[in-house]
Amino acid sequence: MSAFLTAENLRRSFATGRGGLFRPAPRFFAVDGVSLELEKGQTLGIVGESGCGKSTLSKLILGLIEADGGSVRLGGQETLNLSDADWRAMRRRMQLVYQDAAGALDPRMTVRAQVEEPLRIHGLPLGAAEEALRAVGLNGTMAGRYPHEMSGGQLQRVVIARALALEPDLMVLDEPVSALDVSIQAQIVNLLVQLQAERGLTYVFVSHDLGVVRHISDRVAVMYLGRVVEEAPKEAFYDGPLHPYARALLDAVAVPDPANRRTQAVRLGDPPNPANPPSGCRFHPRCPFATEICRAETPALRDFGGRRAACHHAEEIC
Amino acid sequence: MRWITIKTLRAALTMWLVVTFVFFVLRATGDPAAILLPDDIDQATLEFYREKWGLTAPLWEQYVSYWKALFHGDFGISFRNNMDAFQLVWERVPKTALLGGTALLIALVIGMPLGILAALYKDSWLDRVIMTTAVFGFSMPNFFLGILLILIFSLQLRMLPSSGSGTAAHLIMPALTLGTGFAAQIARYTRSSMIEVLIRPYMRTARSKGAGPMRRLAQHALPNASVPVVTILGFKVGELLGWAVVTETVFAWPGIGRLLTHSVAVRDLAVVQCIMIILALTMVFSNMIVDLIYGRLDPRVRVGAGTASK
Repeated sequence: MSAFLTAENLRRSFATGRGGLFRPAPRFFAVDGVSLELEKGQTLGIVGESGCGKSTLSKLILGLIEADGGSVRLGGQETLNLSDADWRAMRRRMQLVYQDAAGALDPRMTVRAQVEEPLRIHGLPLGAAEEALRAVGLNGTMAGRYPHEMSGGQLQRVVIARALALEPDLMVLDEPVSALDVSIQAQIVNLLVQLQAERGLTYVFVSHDLGVVRHISDRVAVMYLGRVVEEAPKEAFYDGPLHPYARALLDAVAVPDPANRRTQAVRLGDPPNPANPPSGCRFHPRCPFATEICRAETPALRDFGGRRAACHHAEEIC
Repeated sequence: MRWITIKTLRAALTMWLVVTFVFFVLRATGDPAAILLPDDIDQATLEFYREKWGLTAPLWEQYVSYWKALFHGDFGISFRNNMDAFQLVWERVPKTALLGGTALLIALVIGMPLGILAALYKDSWLDRVIMTTAVFGFSMPNFFLGILLILIFSLQLRMLPSSGSGTAAHLIMPALTLGTGFAAQIARYTRSSMIEVLIRPYMRTARSKGAGPMRRLAQHALPNASVPVVTILGFKVGELLGWAVVTETVFAWPGIGRLLTHSVAVRDLAVVQCIMIILALTMVFSNMIVDLIYGRLDPRVRVGAGTASK
């Protein structure tokens, strides 16, 4: 049986400059051959540094930007390269929540009007808007407000309500709490967990915050320069990552008690320019375990029994 | 309520400054009696007219009595033909309003859609054609375009009358002359403000809701993009009236613009002052209207809206 959400070999490149008359513009792959699977009702956390392609991947999954190659299936149905009508119908099944809640809302429309809009577009009863707002903990008086009259946490609730109103199967959450205070973050994350339990939602949760991802995810995928370098069930991942980059990320998380610190964190330094990625394993210039093969050969994403990692030395390291 | 009070006070201050400035500048640039009357007039007659027009008293006394008269609705008498200055000006206001209004309409009807198209197809050949035309449109001097139109449509093709204001046909060329430059400017403002709105996250949100291109344009992009355009429009009304002076002269359009140039030339003080007051009032009111429209367009500046806004 194939998974509920399947992404296969997704690729997307961007031009980095101008081409000449006979010379195409130089391009780099922000997402370079990413394959993922996710069961219904589960959450996949996607982590990585800024610029690793997390946000591009989330837009690709939703079909909000065009892919250079690859496919996405939701419940067995192809979601990319649809006709306009099919693409719009697919919006009912997959929705987006992203970091900039204030920006995601039209400053000229009341909260109610914005949550109702998708229902109007798809010809659904408008009562679902009120219901969705209540589900995220916003009462009737809030619905009449404009975005500038609300706090950041409230705005993110509106954005979630707007996504919920269409009763989608899949929600892609791109850094949904990164811009919020820590106390508000907890409220929103708990709200997301609760909504998922009530409605059987499937989440793709993009974040650079390993703590939040640990709280909400069932599986975790680590991206590095446009590629998935490790993908594993949450427990296995946090207990012992296979990829040196994943390990470095986990080690870099501040631990409250110094006595519990695992090892001295590896100092990674700045990531290389994604427009000009290193040869072989893209992580090798920053990897303490790198050898000759890492410089020469790109490691495949190998199966390690329910988890995958792309490292030549995974067996020796862990 | 407080908002209205502040606006009114500010408008009153503006009006006071305009009246005072015009009053003193006009009197500082020469003796009206000497300019208006023939050169070879004898001293006694000159003095008689100075006395009659109240130009003998000290300047500040003239200033005070002018204000007193204003408060009684008396704008003074035209030196030139002894008519009530206000009546003289007021007669011509509808003509200028017609010309200016039509020009503004032309500017909006042509400028807005072109700006929207250019923004939607940014960096395409369409964008380049529209923007190049716009640069051409507003760099061409007003009077030059007017004369060009007269040459083509009146002298060559004999389709339209070159001067006067009797029929709708008379209106076409002056309104086009006055409107073209503004259409070009509005196209540019609309384009840049649309481009800014189109990259906003809420436009992506609209797309992910499943909103089609027309809905995204009409419901989200245009209303947000029109806020800065409306602001500009308020200032442009004043500028439009300024250019109307030139256009009215070229087409012998009997509006207040032509009356103004004429009256300044002969130092017809009361008429000039009256026109300036009316122009200033128009400016003040158009800006007030813009403020009101603003509130309709942008809830963030809506007066008294909400409590959470700071």
